[in-house]
Amino acid sequence: MEQKLKTDFDKFISASNFSSQEIKFKKEALDNFLKNGFPSRKLENWKFLDINQIIKKNIGELTFYNDYSIKNEIDDNIFIKEIEHNKIVIVNGKVERLSFEYEESDKINLTTLDNINQNSNYNNSLLSLNNSFSKKIHNILVKKNYSFKKPLIIYQITNEKVSSTNINFQLNFDLEESSSIKIINFSDDNSEKNFINNLFNFNLGKNAILKNYKLDKKSNTNIKYDYSNIIQKENSVSETFIFSSGSDYLKNEVNCNLEGQYSSAFINGIHLLSKNKHHEIRTNTNHLYENTKSYQLIKSVIDDNSKSVYQGKIYVDSKAQKTDGYQLSKAVLLNEQAEFNAKPELEIYADDVKCSHGSASGSLDEDSIFYLMSRGLEQKTAKELLISGFLLDVVEKITDEEIKKLIRKIIGLN
Amino acid sequence: MRDKQIEDLKDYKYGFSTDIESFKAPKGLNEDVIRFISNIKKEPDWLLQWRLKAFERLKVLKEPNWQKPKYPKIDYQDLYYYSAPKSLKEKPKNLEDLDPKLLETYKKLGIPLQEQKRLNGIAVDAVFDSVSVATTFKDTLTEKGIIFCSISEAIQKHPDLVKKYLGSVIPITDHFFATLNSAVFTDGSFVYIPPNVKCPMELSTYFRINASDTGQFERTLIIADKGSYVSYLEGCTAPMRDENQLHAANVELIALDDAEIKYSTVQNWYPGDKDGKGGIYNFVTKRGLCKGKNSKISWTQVETGSAITWKYPSCILKGDNSIGEFYSIAITNNHQKADTGTKMIHLGKNTKSKIISKGISAGKSDMTYRGLVDISKNAFNSTNYTQCDSLLMGNKCGAHTVPYIKNKNSNSNIAHEATTSKISEDQLHYCQQRGLNQEEAVGLIVNGFCKEVLQQLPMEFAVEAQKLVGISLEGSVG
Repeated sequence: MEQKLKTDFDKFISASNFSSQEIKFKKEALDNFLKNGFPSRKLENWKFLDINQIIKKNIGELTFYNDYSIKNEIDDNIFIKEIEHNKIVIVNGKVERLSFEYEESDKINLTTLDNINQNSNYNNSLLSLNNSFSKKIHNILVKKNYSFKKPLIIYQITNEKVSSTNINFQLNFDLEESSSIKIINFSDDNSEKNFINNLFNFNLGKNAILKNYKLDKKSNTNIKYDYSNIIQKENSVSETFIFSSGSDYLKNEVNCNLEGQYSSAFINGIHLLSKNKHHEIRTNTNHLYENTKSYQLIKSVIDDNSKSVYQGKIYVDSKAQKTDGYQLSKAVLLNEQAEFNAKPELEIYADDVKCSHGSASGSLDEDSIFYLMSRGLEQKTAKELLISGFLLDVVEKITDEEIKKLIRKIIGLN
Repeated sequence: MRDKQIEDLKDYKYGFSTDIESFKAPKGLNEDVIRFISNIKKEPDWLLQWRLKAFERLKVLKEPNWQKPKYPKIDYQDLYYYSAPKSLKEKPKNLEDLDPKLLETYKKLGIPLQEQKRLNGIAVDAVFDSVSVATTFKDTLTEKGIIFCSISEAIQKHPDLVKKYLGSVIPITDHFFATLNSAVFTDGSFVYIPPNVKCPMELSTYFRINASDTGQFERTLIIADKGSYVSYLEGCTAPMRDENQLHAANVELIALDDAEIKYSTVQNWYPGDKDGKGGIYNFVTKRGLCKGKNSKISWTQVETGSAITWKYPSCILKGDNSIGEFYSIAITNNHQKADTGTKMIHLGKNTKSKIISKGISAGKSDMTYRGLVDISKNAFNSTNYTQCDSLLMGNKCGAHTVPYIKNKNSNSNIAHEATTSKISEDQLHYCQQRGLNQEEAVGLIVNGFCKEVLQQLPMEFAVEAQKLVGISLEGSVG
């Protein structure tokens, strides 16, 4: 693999026009990845799902060189018609269209980043891999006091032109003071057996509001890793919703740093799995200042021989007095072969805090099924009703009414 | 100078060391030392071979380092692996033959062996440094067919039982410290309860490390045969010394069909001084196997001592309908660190487990609850309930919860809850208003917080534990 990585890297560098400084940074990132390789179960964060094994087993030999010169047609039929929205269309890791037709153009600043030194998190080798192979990073800056009029939908498309390829992609958002944005990250995969590695950065200024909804619905055989890094200043609010269902393997990682007082983070997620899928959500909420708040609700419905994992950590710094942290994960196992693993973790260094977590897993409640059946429902319908009720709880947490309606429709919870 | 010493003594009342000449094996860990230990204990050849096999395994094992409390590297070659009071080289026949100085030590510890004989009906086996010195109440127990003696004696007198069960729960191929213990264990307690016998009294062992530079490696083996019941208590203390001392014990419990074992620990090893100097490294492996149907193992622990406590008393629920329980109070103060919890491994059908863990951290200490609940594919209809609560006093300490939850059976249910909070101002205010001073008020509230666990302890221990909880937190408020 090492030789392949090196030759693909040289090929990628010579096909792009990076500055020497950027190349140096990318090389360092590559060296770090070469040193550590794909994470395996030896690392605590990868204990339950070993991505190294999964890539070896499902993909085999990966190509790291991704030819960005290929022109991709965009089929307008895939766009969501229910709501008016701005678009970013990404095909095979390349940004093909950026349209902010509903917004005031002087309130948004679109740039590409030179300074790629941020986020050189050397503990995470997948971020190093991303840093070394990602194209120039688009940065979307929302200016002070501006609120997006319409949601922004990020279409992440893959087509049949790539296979057994590693796609690395990064996107950056800067929300200035009192600005706000609503994002739907919509995956549409038509490719087979690729490893897709995404990194999203969000910097929230004072009073900024981020609503981020991530949808992975379409069934596909890709292996995905998605990392969202959210940095929050005073009084800012972030809301993340994850619907994780379609890909063969998907690990969503959300890291929230609550750096300013009265800032709050909400992360809610659904795993709806069948047919041998392995999905994981890992949340990391770091309370670094007084009076911050976080809330996580993760629910899993697991069928066939699928596996769902939730790892959630609440970290409270000794400075972060009056922290309010709550975390709940629940799972329903529908099949003998299904498996649920959880690791809800608290790491607390301040005494005046209110932190708790709960986790429960088991089968559907027999009494509830009996109750519904005694009212004339068939067993199958009764189970479906209970499952949708179980999941609806999470969807109801979505604060934007229009998007909530849309997501209910997409997921099929009516 | 003297005042200072007295002042220090106040903090840890068990911090004396007894001036008894001891008989030691040469320093270091090698095959010769293992042969020496085996030889001096007149062990049969199979046990020596067993030890050597463990030692072979030890050579390839690495010390684990995933735990939260880090400690400086231990030089295993700089330790004594065998230390016995010299006068014990020839074993005493009864209490009267014991070195009077030893007896005095036990008196100081609050376990008057002599009086105990007549009084409250607890059979005591005391382990001093590495050797078991006296077992009381032997006759009463022998009548019932109960075997309660040191493990060295059991090896001589009941080799079949020892051979059958030793290492059956903690194999020699286990982790580093367990394997180290298998190679060099010196003494410990052995209990066998015959079928359908309910042990008429609490069995108890008192451990004490006296000599310096000694590691204590005791091994306890408890077997409850079909339909029997036993309640076992364990207490520990050590003198105050500047250097850190290692304590790596192995405890194996085996419960056959319909048997029940209740194992309680009050651990009060020397925790080190206020600045975190000295203290015991308590790295203990405790594991119980519910081998038979309807068997039950229950662990109760009160952990107040040791510089570092690192242990996970576990239950392997192999028999159908078996039950595992874990009740724990862990208190850390000053620079103490603890990483403790349990493992509940459900293998049989209809198995149940319950975990109640209360952690209290004060001063500059750090406390972690780490636990595993693993329900395997065939453990139909199993349930687990876990509750872990932490209490923080001050903002220089830490409290962490790291549960691992694995559910591979759709008919089984797992519920887990954890909370972290501090003593509320309202509660404190209320108590102080009723005339309690701040420390008394804190003691009262903390005892209430721990009540669920304290209730599980046998009477005599519960009182001691309650006092300990109070002492451990002295000076942590304000």
